Amino acid sequence: MKKRYLFSAFILLSITSLFVGVKDITPLDLFSLTEEQMEIMMISRVPRLVSLILAGASMSICGLIMQQLSRNKFVSPTTAGTMDAARLGILVSLILFTSATMMEKMLIASLFALAGTFLFMRLLDKIKFKDAIFIPLVGLMFGNIISSITTFFAYKHDLIQSISAWLHGDFSMIMSGRYEMIYISVPLLIISYMFAHKFTVAGMGEEFSTNLGLNYRFVVNTGLVIVAISTTAVMLTVGMIPFLGLVVPNIVSIYHGDNLKKNLSHTALLGAVFLIFCDILGRIIIFPYEIPIGLTVGVIGSGIFLYLLMRRKAYA
Amino acid sequence: MVEVRNVSKQYGNKYVVENVSLEIPKGKITSFIGPNGAGKSTLLSMIARLTTKDSGQILIDGMEVSKCKSNELSKKISILKQSNHINIRLTIRELVSFGRFPYSQGRLTKEDWMFVDEAIEYMELGDIQDKFLDQLSGGQQQRAYIAMVIAQNTEYILLDEPLNNLDMKHSVQIMKVLSRLTEELGKTVVIVIHDINFASCYSDYIVALKEGKVVHEGPTDAIISQPALKDIYDMDISIENINDNRICVYYA
Repeated sequence: MKKRYLFSAFILLSITSLFVGVKDITPLDLFSLTEEQMEIMMISRVPRLVSLILAGASMSICGLIMQQLSRNKFVSPTTAGTMDAARLGILVSLILFTSATMMEKMLIASLFALAGTFLFMRLLDKIKFKDAIFIPLVGLMFGNIISSITTFFAYKHDLIQSISAWLHGDFSMIMSGRYEMIYISVPLLIISYMFAHKFTVAGMGEEFSTNLGLNYRFVVNTGLVIVAISTTAVMLTVGMIPFLGLVVPNIVSIYHGDNLKKNLSHTALLGAVFLIFCDILGRIIIFPYEIPIGLTVGVIGSGIFLYLLMRRKAYA
Repeated sequence: MVEVRNVSKQYGNKYVVENVSLEIPKGKITSFIGPNGAGKSTLLSMIARLTTKDSGQILIDGMEVSKCKSNELSKKISILKQSNHINIRLTIRELVSFGRFPYSQGRLTKEDWMFVDEAIEYMELGDIQDKFLDQLSGGQQQRAYIAMVIAQNTEYILLDEPLNNLDMKHSVQIMKVLSRLTEELGKTVVIVIHDINFASCYSDYIVALKEGKVVHEGPTDAIISQPALKDIYDMDISIENINDNRICVYYA
């Protein structure tokens, strides 16, 4: 897959995304937008597109970084407890600070996500039996344990509804004034790019990194912080998007290898394309209603995931 | 020169390396030999600062290893271990370019790429340099990793069982490359090796370890002798001179 094609698909889908919706706006109207159309564009459609692009790119990059650092193709924010830990963090901020601002929620949830991911990585170090499939299973179990703690306390404090709002990704609620948190992922994406080479070296193991004079712990921790904050930002604005961080990096790795410097931009672009595509699909299938993005990504993503598993078996 | 002074390493109550002192001569191939569990690999890892030592000193060109900056050391000494071989989809050329990391931190200059090209040529990997590692045979992979170490261009090169899983042809090829590295480029090569006859034919200096201690060390001719080998391996090994090489016969 050439970057050129990917980029064309990206532009095409982005434009399509702007003109799909209940209120009919065609590209031709662009030159003579009524005030109402203008408002819909600026308040709903453009923010939606921006958050789709940023969420798609940053979730894929998070998956890529995690897979590289854990040296396992099946680790991602969904399969390592990161998202569940972030959700527990949101609950804690809701209980302890009832009127927590978005920023405070963000901070607390990020800390939880970081702690959860860190714990999972420690767990990985301790596990002797490093089967490729076994690791994400441990991650899923770990995530479910955290999740059940969340549910328990949410139930006790009558917060089940608020907490499940963050369970399913949903772009239909994105409006200007409510999504700006996601811009945090822009500087994080830039930092990832600057660290790309180091992540690749760290992905070759601690001894390998030491031989090349790389501060292994520092690089791994930087990676985990990037993952925790981006995941939380996406979760707070959009909600959980399963499988994205798992599927996209794996597809890129198949045709492009594991050199992060080379495949980072591909992964980000493909992540955005995949997410915008799923979003448009969800918007037109039962038009004028919407299928939540979590569902479309889940169905298509798990299909691709299954294919990847089978393919892996064929190689073994 | 690498000097090891009274170095010990314990795992639990057991000494893996006990009070070892030795000097590794410059510009030569030195082999660490000895039975399984003698502490050869641990000693090698400690010299390359991958494993911490419990006591003693390891000096590289007069500087204590544990006090050196890791990044500076990586321009002086490189190590290739079996466990370095990991499952990652990189092309040979990409892998070799990572050997330049200590100098470039990822932003390779023209000069860095020159080193990469030379290393690839040195290991005769030119035709397959754009293939992914997971498409290669064990021998090709091993050559790719050694090319990376060559690109790292360190004075000291440590290799932990570089011939593991290689057939005869590739083993000989790699040993010849190591000889060329010392002769043409003046590198100091230290290897852990099990095949005593490769040690005999290619190394200048041999250090024999047993149960964490140095039992013999000296020029190859002095170590490849019946009494010394008896001490090291508890076996009666006869030695034949074939085409000016001293060959140990121990198969039957």
